[in-house]
Amino acid sequence: MAKLDLVMFEEEYKLLQEIISRLQVDSSSKVVFLVDKNGQQIAASGDVRSIDATSLASLTAGNVAATDGLAKLIGEKEFTLLFHEGEKDNLHISIVGKRGILVVIFDMNSSLALVRLRVKKASRDLQEIFEKVEQRAQTVAGDSSFESPFSEITDEDIDKLFGD
Amino acid sequence: MTFINYASREINCKIVYYGPGLCGKTTNIQWIFEQANPEKRGKLVSLATETDRTLFFDFLPLDMGTVKGFKVRFHLYTVPGQVFYDASRKLILRGCDGMIFVADSQRQRMEANIESIANLATNLKENGFDIRSIPYVLQLNKRDMPTAAPAEEMERLLRFRNEPMIEAVANQGTGVIETLKACARQILMDLQRS
Repeated sequence: MAKLDLVMFEEEYKLLQEIISRLQVDSSSKVVFLVDKNGQQIAASGDVRSIDATSLASLTAGNVAATDGLAKLIGEKEFTLLFHEGEKDNLHISIVGKRGILVVIFDMNSSLALVRLRVKKASRDLQEIFEKVEQRAQTVAGDSSFESPFSEITDEDIDKLFGD
Repeated sequence: MTFINYASREINCKIVYYGPGLCGKTTNIQWIFEQANPEKRGKLVSLATETDRTLFFDFLPLDMGTVKGFKVRFHLYTVPGQVFYDASRKLILRGCDGMIFVADSQRQRMEANIESIANLATNLKENGFDIRSIPYVLQLNKRDMPTAAPAEEMERLLRFRNEPMIEAVANQGTGVIETLKACARQILMDLQRS
């Protein structure tokens, strides 16, 4: 089954948030985003209000997907790093594990070398958490005592979403 | 792939509009964007050519309200319909939770509709999905066109799994929300079952 939902519990979410907050400070960057390869934002740190985070997540995922396609065309498995240099701000995009993308936005207060160095360390830590998330999802899926809050969704709930 | 975040109590679902070139995929989500409460919709991102043809995708995030204490957010995507953009189409299907097939009712586009459904089946398969089981809605768009084929004929040619079939005129908003709702219902019911 291809449809393996990404389920994030509070505990792991806090750990992810801590790692990217630390990365943002250590790399002297403006904003750090962690997004999922399908374009969903998972966590963010820094001056996030200055950026449309939802669009950023979706476009980053599109960018990574297109680059993945290019990699396969030339016989590579994937390109793990994308770097876009702007006049003031730069964008450092890297793949974390199987499903994460780390986006670091930085300006002249940092440098590519510093960002790369800090991202490397943070990526290892993030990957560990992703593995935990996956393990936990599998454990929960096999645990019959776990009651999903969605097991009781009714037609009325869905109608309400559309204002009926 | 639904993203359920227990920490922020959010459910995120990805819905993709598919169909042949110029069938009205972008028109569907443009209409939703125009009608949605500005507080509930995000920015409509369109990666289009200079002539307004979709080049990579259109994207619209939509906050729908809450279900069982969880904020429900739909991420609507369209694919580029033109045949030669197949590589891009395939990428956009990654991690999708539901599909809306927008069929062009004009008689001369029937072959394009059939080809596009076959292409969707192939691309879904390559992404690990099965067109027979994924949440799926068939929208018959452009019902107001003088050359529109009868709905029964389109049903016979395009409907293959008893999926919800909705007649629409997307540029006037007819059937647009019903289509989205039919897809959302299947996705949320899938969530209930899993």
